[in-house]
Amino acid sequence: MNVFQQVKTLVYKEIILEWRSKYALNSILLYVVSTVFVCFQAFKSVDSVIWNVLFWIILLFTAINAMSRSFLQESSNRQMYYYTIVSPQAVILSKIIYNTLIMLIISLIAFVVYSVIFKNPIGDLPFYFLAVVLGSISFANVFTMISGISAKAGNSSSIMAILSFPVIIPLLIVLIKFSKNAMAGLERSESFAEIGVLLAINIVTIAISLLLFPYLWRD
Amino acid sequence: MRKNWWKILAIVMISISIIAGLLGPVPELPILNETIRNVYFHVPMWFAMLLLYLISVIYSIKYLNTGNTRYDFIAVEAVNTGILFCGLGLLTGMLWGNITWGDPWPNDPKLNSSAISTLMYLAYLVLRNAIDEEQKRGKISAIYNIFAFPIMIVLLYILPRMTDSLHPGNGGNSNFGDLDMDNYMRPVFYTAVIGWMLFGTWIGTIRYRIRLLENNMSLNK
Repeated sequence: MNVFQQVKTLVYKEIILEWRSKYALNSILLYVVSTVFVCFQAFKSVDSVIWNVLFWIILLFTAINAMSRSFLQESSNRQMYYYTIVSPQAVILSKIIYNTLIMLIISLIAFVVYSVIFKNPIGDLPFYFLAVVLGSISFANVFTMISGISAKAGNSSSIMAILSFPVIIPLLIVLIKFSKNAMAGLERSESFAEIGVLLAINIVTIAISLLLFPYLWRD
Repeated sequence: MRKNWWKILAIVMISISIIAGLLGPVPELPILNETIRNVYFHVPMWFAMLLLYLISVIYSIKYLNTGNTRYDFIAVEAVNTGILFCGLGLLTGMLWGNITWGDPWPNDPKLNSSAISTLMYLAYLVLRNAIDEEQKRGKISAIYNIFAFPIMIVLLYILPRMTDSLHPGNGGNSNFGDLDMDNYMRPVFYTAVIGWMLFGTWIGTIRYRIRLLENNMSLNK
């Protein structure tokens, strides 16, 4: 099997596993919706700057919760089994793709729920949507590798937060700026620099993940 | 002597930059006045920090390829020394900001991202403490180190240039180098930069040798 077939099979396996239990997706969805409600109860109404920032913070914590599990569910025996049959690049790539899918579903539902509950006019809806999509892809890319590192480091949840926050902050700054531009309905060419930086960070992250995961994997 | 010439060079260059920096003439500029001399002390700290982090990344890559524990020690001591220089850079910057901006820590992208990048390297040290097994610790922290480096570059050198910033060289502000530094300042500045970079490397090598000795002692016990 070449790498692409391996990736396809692994992603398929992840989706089937998830579909059987539906545990991760449902719990995360419940987490998002209840967080939105807590925020709504606390704030009632917010101005547009806080609306935007609050959305990204909710998404950030949801992403950390969703992604930190991605390597924990694999027992070391199963990892050993993968080690004998597939290449490490296929494993990390399949995790990234699967996490991206999950993140897209979660963030789209979160976006719908959030904007229904907190009413707020968005100037350029398609572009805001693009920000959400790009944001969830970037979160998935960065957190997949970090969760791999923190899974190897043992006690996960606190290590995960310590390791991932400084790394995710530049992305978050760019995303907030980009989505703020979209909200204000500015000229689209104003945000091209931000989109460029986002794409560049994503490409670099994927490249480094592919290069480094073989070392992380070998125990 | 053959091996130590660069240490003497470091001392000589730093001494020259301190003496010439404090006594030499500087252009009289509004607001800045004499504080422009800080460029001899503040900016070289960041150059030294960047060099040390670069050394750390290079040795992390070497460690992953060979598994030699010495490379891991070099990487971690380079980060330790880099954090020291980052702290000094923040301190000298705050001193300067207090006079020119009237506030040691204005809410400025350059300042915030330098603080965040420090957090990243502190996280690296915490990660090292979280893992007991020596080889695993070296490997996983090397991976995190390599992963964090490009993000640090984005944070320190790309993001602040995209937004409005008070800091010279960012957000439409001109560099000192472009406008304000005259032909007397330039050589002193480069002397200071090279001197502090050599000095940082020297501190790093001493720390590395201490760690090596400690490690050998605990092995012989």
